Amino acid sequence: MEFLIVQTLSGISFAAILFLLASGLSLIFGVMNIVNIAHGSYYMLGGYIGLSIFWKTGSFVLAILGAGLSIAIVGIGMQRFLLRRYFEHYPQVLMTMGFALIFRDLALLIWGGDPLSFPAPAFLQGSIHIGEIVFPTYRLFVIALSVAVAIGLWVFNEKTSFGASLRATVDDNEMARGVGINVPLVSALMFGLGAFLAAFGGVVAAPFFGVYAGADFEILPLAFVVVIVGGMGSLKGAAVGSILVGLVDNFGKALVPDLSYFTLFLPMAIVLAIKPTGLFGRK
Amino acid sequence: MITEFRVKISGIIAAFILLVILPPTLPSYWLTILTQILIFGIMAMSLDVLMGYMGRPSFGHAAFFGVSAYVIAILSTRYQVGFLGCVATGFLLATAIAALYGLLVAHAAGVYFLMITLALGMVIWGLAFRWVTMTGGDNGIAGIPRPDLGIPISLEDPIFFYYFVLFVFVIVLFLLYIFIHSPFGQSLIGIRESESRMRILGYNTWLHKYLGYVVAGAFSGISGILWAYYNGFVSPMDAELTASFEVFLMVILGGPGTLIGPALGAAIIIFLKNFISAYTHRWLLIIGAIYILTILYAPGGVMELGIRFAKGGDKE
Repeated sequence: MEFLIVQTLSGISFAAILFLLASGLSLIFGVMNIVNIAHGSYYMLGGYIGLSIFWKTGSFVLAILGAGLSIAIVGIGMQRFLLRRYFEHYPQVLMTMGFALIFRDLALLIWGGDPLSFPAPAFLQGSIHIGEIVFPTYRLFVIALSVAVAIGLWVFNEKTSFGASLRATVDDNEMARGVGINVPLVSALMFGLGAFLAAFGGVVAAPFFGVYAGADFEILPLAFVVVIVGGMGSLKGAAVGSILVGLVDNFGKALVPDLSYFTLFLPMAIVLAIKPTGLFGRK
Repeated sequence: MITEFRVKISGIIAAFILLVILPPTLPSYWLTILTQILIFGIMAMSLDVLMGYMGRPSFGHAAFFGVSAYVIAILSTRYQVGFLGCVATGFLLATAIAALYGLLVAHAAGVYFLMITLALGMVIWGLAFRWVTMTGGDNGIAGIPRPDLGIPISLEDPIFFYYFVLFVFVIVLFLLYIFIHSPFGQSLIGIRESESRMRILGYNTWLHKYLGYVVAGAFSGISGILWAYYNGFVSPMDAELTASFEVFLMVILGGPGTLIGPALGAAIIIFLKNFISAYTHRWLLIIGAIYILTILYAPGGVMELGIRFAKGGDKE
């Protein structure tokens, strides 16, 4: 029972991080119909930049904001100067792949190949004891943070006028242009927001996993599985998919460590067999 | 059309003659590069079936390559299985994985296909990386012996191994050529152009895409077998995302839908990789830049650039 609760909480804390990546990935897909292969790279670079800021300033909050904003600028730059020039989707996707390779190598060049560790903020270190159950405080904090982000995204998407423009763009790009929505601006801001969230996730995840150069391509497939399972372009799908994948991955690691990454195959196969567009996917 | 075909055929024959006569005169460094080019040429051509002919670019093609390479490594180093047993098991397992994956991807198209293949490809990487008792994890498996064909010629000798790979390459090229030009292969092109029209014409498009995917996976498996024997060492790197990206670039660079073009793309990439790594470790940076530049300036690949150049540089 104890095992079950602790592992479930661990799985959900991992899901919290996956959500930060997958929500951006899914929304970018919804708005621009492209899949950003460099999304995992934003996560990895976010971790590195956050760590560098943390070394300089000692502030976790500054690390999150600094990493998020600098990667958001990188993302908007990519979108404005290169991706936007193409109307077909393949060249855009392929270009993000070129960037993913360049980002990996830049990370190796700047921060070296050794994994780096990132301590959790002092007040979040230690663990919480409830009866028999012992659980790290930091992981609970990450879950709370991600829930706050999810609520923020939901309010932003459903209750603000920008959110309405965003939903209109997702539903019908041409019509949105027709009624005077500034679609290029919406696209750029969405790309920036997605990049921000991925980098944010990278910093928040760093105290769990450390910061290392392979993290980009290790997390990317997980984020993809979340979006495949949840359905593309859907925030609700990203949330449900994250929880599902986070739990499967965590129980996989605990029960069959040898096959841990392989266990991802299961939720993906089942969902694709039953509902090829994902749980909340449209069309 | 006829002349273009003739130019192509005579080019291929000339290249083939060179590939047969030249190698004994080459220094061993160039021989290893040529061998690598042929092995990855097979893999790039197999991906071209998906990308160029079926119109379904995949980001997980290294998976089948990895599966067969690992089968060879495990069977030959741990169980001392002979050449035929290794090759048959490697090929069949890679094909079986393709048949399983095909069930999940055959319905998909566009970026959705990219995402699913990427995730499925990395599942194989995950196995290679984490299933330590079987795969040796990050350390990989070393000491794979060159195969003993049971003939007087020893494949330990680089030149004979090269001819062995060339032999397989020519057979694969021939088989894929027949496959593409068969009515079945033509139906894949039809699906690429307009799947709904093919469905209305009465084709079971799902089945055709499924079989196309399995065939591509099976041929990728063949290149994995050759790679394991050539390199004597396999590691999770062989099935990683960057490996899938590299083959993808080979196809893009050579020109999707030209079959021999991707083999040419493989030649360019393998050559650059060996050449550049002699001077710098920044291979990923350079390959990423090549990627972006190819998409900006040669989206149809070098074959198209060459044809455009041959026609006097006029665009369309």
